[in-house]
Amino acid sequence: MSERDRTNPGAASYPSSGGGSGAGSSADTLTAIRLIAGRELTTRLRSKAFRVMTAIVLLVIIGTVLAFHLLPGIGSGGSKVGVLQADAALTQQITSAADAVGAHVDTVPVADEAAGRTRVADGTLDALVIPRESGRLQVVVQSELDPALQTALIVASRNLVQDKAIRALGGDPAEVNAAIAQAGVVVDPIKPPKQYDVQQLVLGAAAGILIYLSLMIGGQLVAQGVVEEKSSRVVELLLATVRPWELMVGKVLGIGALGMIQIVLYGVVGVGLSSALGTLTLSVGSAVGTVIWLIVWYLVGFVMYAFAFAAAGALVSRMEDASGVIMPITSFVIVGYVVGISVLPSDPSNSFAEVLSIIPLFAPTLMPMRLAMGGVPVWEAVMSLLLALATIPLLAALAGRIYRNAVIHIGSRVPLRKALARG
Amino acid sequence: MTTTALAIDGLSKRYGPVVALDDMTFEVRAGEIFGFVGSNGAGKTTTMRIVLGVLAPDSGEVRWEGRPIDAGIRRRIGYMPEERGLYPKMKVGEQLIYFARLHGMPVAAATAAARTWAETLGIASRFGDDVQALSLGNQQRVQLAAALVHNPAVLVLDEPFSGLDPVAVDVMSRVLAERAAAGVPVIFSSHQLDLVQRICHRVGIVKAGRMVACGSVDELRSGAGAHLVVTTPGAPAGWAAAVPGVTPLSTDGDTVALSLAPGTDDQSVLTAALAVGPVTEFSWRKPDLVELFRHVVTAEEAA
Repeated sequence: MSERDRTNPGAASYPSSGGGSGAGSSADTLTAIRLIAGRELTTRLRSKAFRVMTAIVLLVIIGTVLAFHLLPGIGSGGSKVGVLQADAALTQQITSAADAVGAHVDTVPVADEAAGRTRVADGTLDALVIPRESGRLQVVVQSELDPALQTALIVASRNLVQDKAIRALGGDPAEVNAAIAQAGVVVDPIKPPKQYDVQQLVLGAAAGILIYLSLMIGGQLVAQGVVEEKSSRVVELLLATVRPWELMVGKVLGIGALGMIQIVLYGVVGVGLSSALGTLTLSVGSAVGTVIWLIVWYLVGFVMYAFAFAAAGALVSRMEDASGVIMPITSFVIVGYVVGISVLPSDPSNSFAEVLSIIPLFAPTLMPMRLAMGGVPVWEAVMSLLLALATIPLLAALAGRIYRNAVIHIGSRVPLRKALARG
Repeated sequence: MTTTALAIDGLSKRYGPVVALDDMTFEVRAGEIFGFVGSNGAGKTTTMRIVLGVLAPDSGEVRWEGRPIDAGIRRRIGYMPEERGLYPKMKVGEQLIYFARLHGMPVAAATAAARTWAETLGIASRFGDDVQALSLGNQQRVQLAAALVHNPAVLVLDEPFSGLDPVAVDVMSRVLAERAAAGVPVIFSSHQLDLVQRICHRVGIVKAGRMVACGSVDELRSGAGAHLVVTTPGAPAGWAAAVPGVTPLSTDGDTVALSLAPGTDDQSVLTAALAVGPVTEFSWRKPDLVELFRHVVTAEEAA
């Protein structure tokens, strides 16, 4: 049928699958999916809404990191305590007392009291410690003394008095202190609890928020994209050229790639900036690991939910009906996220969250949070991922069936039973 | 113009108790413009959607050059759906290129074809505008361009003329004639029967999911009874009814359309007419498609 190709006024003949035998070959399918995905990606990358949205999230991330970095007490740096330069003994006492009570205290030598007060006033010091008679320590603060620092200073002041008394009795304070340091409690746990790093908990919560937002926004974009093609009636023209499943897969891949670009951007900027500023003192490996897990789980979660979102969108023809049909799917995302964000930061080894994080429909929000917080047994991480991966083809097949049956029916909402029943 | 390009063979489709198509059968030949007419809901759109594979028939098949139609051939059909549809927020040019590429054209050829068709259809100046910024008439032109841009081997157009201004109708008619002359079978549906009569080589009249009349316009027109048209200004109404063997069909002012029984001499009618006053028109007329359509549709209803 090549003789017909001569008739195009605009173009020379082009390779065509026409003629029947090569129809619907995998090359055609790949080309179609690539074109559809490419259109989804480029039109959205160019849209103002996308750029503004991405910029806002980036600013929020940068702002949060800077806030952690600049606000005293939140970041990794301990309390900065000014001590008069002359008082080496006090410095040493405060340091060892802080160690004993587990407070992070950095001592900073200051020239004199006036200079110290100025630095407390402008916030570069958290406290200025001045020894007074009878072992009392005067602590100059802006308005309140941090409780942990207070405990450390109380211990320090008592030790100072004690050392003085020991010296008065002719003893050696160092010897006594060494002896006292020997005393204490040795805990012998039968089942030692996992020690969680606060930074990892924060990182886990951040990962949870990020993956939740990405899945929700990506899923809704997929559903809206499907409804848009129905409401603009362009879907019939598309289905005259490509198969329904090619259209669905192309759309999911295109929007998935868009979300992927965002999440990589967010992860790299967030972790990169906080590492560079020293806000995050985790090892590079652990930080990079978190970002990688985040991306893996975003991909798994997105692909899993996106097909369901596409199928739901195919049931309706008007944009205002979309939120109703995607509700059942968003609820899974929301439940996983809410359980994770409300339970995990205070109780990272919560068993309910642990079980939920292995169930495929909840795993994409919960598992990356747990992984970022640390302490997930390898078998749980692997099983959760495998179960989720195994769920994808089942959901995709089901969604494909609903989509194929429903997407061509423009008008009132297609009942789910009807969409599932017909072949 | 004798080879059958597209054969629609025994298509049936039901929606629950509603019969949309009932053994719909016809063929379109290479290089032929086939007009598809029928009342609303007669099954034209359903037939076209089945040809495009958008719907599946309950039974029957569509064949292209003797082989059952498949996805590869369907990609070579240019389609204009009844429900017009384009991406509203996509630029005209990008949209045309996108559809050309979806049909398998490489980028360069797709871009060239999009430009050419935009020029041919008079929308070249809107190439970089979003479709939603265009008037409905211009959107319709873009829609036609989207059907033509991939150099289709078949054209299936569902009411391509509805909503077009006379200039656009002329452009569209010319394009269809050119495509047909290049050997492309063109099938289109329309309610504008005068237009169908003017540009179609063959016409199919559909009624309740069945093809009830199919053939060239001349064949169909000579098949139905011709009638005599007589204009007699000033004659009393009902003068014709008195003439033996004459049945008045319709009256329009001074003009009557008459059906003559076999063996009736038309000159006797002229004599009778002259007897009642001056005759300014006296002619035999073949029914046009509108009358034919009414005739076929009402005859079926009466049956």
